[in-house]
Amino acid sequence: MSQIDLATTSLRELNETLQAQKGGDNQTAWEILNPRGSHALAVGLDAPIEVTVKGHTGYYCAGMNQQATVHVEGSVGPGVAENMMSGAVIVEGDASQYAGATGHGGLLVIKGNASSRCGISMKGIDIVVQGNIGHMSAFMAQAGNLVVCGDAGDALGDSLYEARLFVRGSVKSLGADCIEKEMRAEHLELLADLLDRAGVDAKPEEFRRYGSARKLYNFDIDNAY
Amino acid sequence: MSDQDHKIPRTVPIQSVTFSNPINAEIRRAAATGIYDIRGGGAKRRVPHFDDLLFLGASVSRYPLEGYRERCDTSVTLGTRFAKNPIKLDIPITIAGMSFGALSAQAKEALGRGASAAGTSTTTGDGGMTPEERGHSSKLVYQYLPSRYGMNPDDLRKADAIEIVVGQGAKPGGGGMLLGQKISDRVAEMRTLPKGIDQRSACRHPDWTGPDDLEIKILELREITGWRVPIYVKVGGTRPYFDTALAVKAGADVVVLDGMQGGTAATQDVFIEHVGLPTLACIRPAVRALQDLGLHREVQLVVSGGIRTGADVAKALALGADAVAIGTAALVALGDNDPKWEDEYQKLGTTTGAYDDWHEGLDPAGITTQDPVLAARLDPVEGGRRLRNYLKVMTLEAQTIARACGHNHLHNLEPEDLCALTMEAAAMAQVPLAGTDWYPGKPGSGY
Repeated sequence: MSQIDLATTSLRELNETLQAQKGGDNQTAWEILNPRGSHALAVGLDAPIEVTVKGHTGYYCAGMNQQATVHVEGSVGPGVAENMMSGAVIVEGDASQYAGATGHGGLLVIKGNASSRCGISMKGIDIVVQGNIGHMSAFMAQAGNLVVCGDAGDALGDSLYEARLFVRGSVKSLGADCIEKEMRAEHLELLADLLDRAGVDAKPEEFRRYGSARKLYNFDIDNAY
Repeated sequence: MSDQDHKIPRTVPIQSVTFSNPINAEIRRAAATGIYDIRGGGAKRRVPHFDDLLFLGASVSRYPLEGYRERCDTSVTLGTRFAKNPIKLDIPITIAGMSFGALSAQAKEALGRGASAAGTSTTTGDGGMTPEERGHSSKLVYQYLPSRYGMNPDDLRKADAIEIVVGQGAKPGGGGMLLGQKISDRVAEMRTLPKGIDQRSACRHPDWTGPDDLEIKILELREITGWRVPIYVKVGGTRPYFDTALAVKAGADVVVLDGMQGGTAATQDVFIEHVGLPTLACIRPAVRALQDLGLHREVQLVVSGGIRTGADVAKALALGADAVAIGTAALVALGDNDPKWEDEYQKLGTTTGAYDDWHEGLDPAGITTQDPVLAARLDPVEGGRRLRNYLKVMTLEAQTIARACGHNHLHNLEPEDLCALTMEAAAMAQVPLAGTDWYPGKPGSGY
């Protein structure tokens, strides 16, 4: 376990060090001390390393992550794991806006609550939130899965494409073109796997599934003529 | 006298200016379909433009340089503020962002070939980076758009610069649009979208709001790319003074400013024609913002929207831009709207010079299409040669003007070299009306 103390190390040095790690390196476990809300912390990683952040972070923690597992022992600011491609990001606390925005892959687990626009424009990422999520979550979400063990705020899944949304609690309102859909066996199986990977003790049968009505996929044109 | 001679004269039929034939035709089309008109390109209406400016040339007080041979440099370096590796261009004319999806793979390759041969950069678009484009572009700017289609860190690290797109001149405040006819298997896969949908891109970035957030977003992009490449911020022409100042405050290396004549692959006609500012109206406020911050020339300004000739280039630079970007003109150089396709334009209900249904994917020239048969009509090698030649001519034209004004570098052109033909152009460009020493709004003029 190597430690990097942000009280004595610059953000640039930290990211440069972590970005330089390769798959075959012996040193795979890193601990970051005194993050003190720093922005852009542990971004652009591309190796199967494990990074533990001992505290709270600012914007874009673990942005564009590839392969790495980033564990935040605190809460995170806006845009955690934005555009993640692969790997995993686990947040012990709460997450601010845009958690997992535009993510293409990997797993984002938020053990607390996530604020508004969680999973906005997600493109394949899996997101599991153990608490509640805020308004406009999964806006224009294209692919992937968003699992919410608590409640969802207003306008869930507005302008949704093919992402799948699972909510155990209440949904304050659905956004444009988002509807409740039948929970079939394959969805229960998928959900069970997601909950298991996220370490959540919950029954898939307790969730409801939401998806796109696909009525906004094409312009509404009068073809009578 | 016959009855014919006593016939009462009739009022000549008069067409309404307000309800003109084109307006009435559009009303009938809307009534028939229930959908607004969507098209490609930029504003077609007449707006004050570079044509409304003239260079004064040399005189007793200024002597010219020899028109063809005497040294007149054209190079420009973009991204000198923070980036370790600024982009050095041989000419101050770049190729604007246009997506694979909107354009065929052949067209993107041709743009890369032509730009590289001319010593300048080309730019990706709303759809990600293709290997062909990267392979044929010696200097490639990677657009970072609200949709984030195809965005990934591997391509980000391959880029020579990153352009954060906040807006574009054809539709400031609007997102991209690509209709189902052009969402082919490859385009759909690159954008993670279902095939055949009418794709409407996000109009705002998903993970930042406002200039304070943008500053942190720029920090993130710099951290991911090791502070190596310049970061541009592109805005549509709306509030050029404040947008430029805020982009600079957020940490941009380069500001790209796109006026309403700048093209788009597809957008509502009402948006293109009624939202945003003419390019001419954008430049001086943006330059003033840079000057007020003490960063003119340190943060470079790239202007786009209706640049067609070396004269346009020279005028934009004289008003304070560091470089220009071309989009529509580059497509015309490749063969867009070429008269040789007139028969096919007629079949599509249009004519040479007016074809703008780029969103339908039926482009006879094979440029704005994903149809493999049509796309094969464009030879990327030949297209690249044509673009290189066109860029060369534009550069020669701009040099001709600069020399005539006595300048040994295009960047030495200045507003004092210009006058305006109309009051509107004088006010927007803040150069004197021809034959006077006055322009509307001139400090101390009382107007």
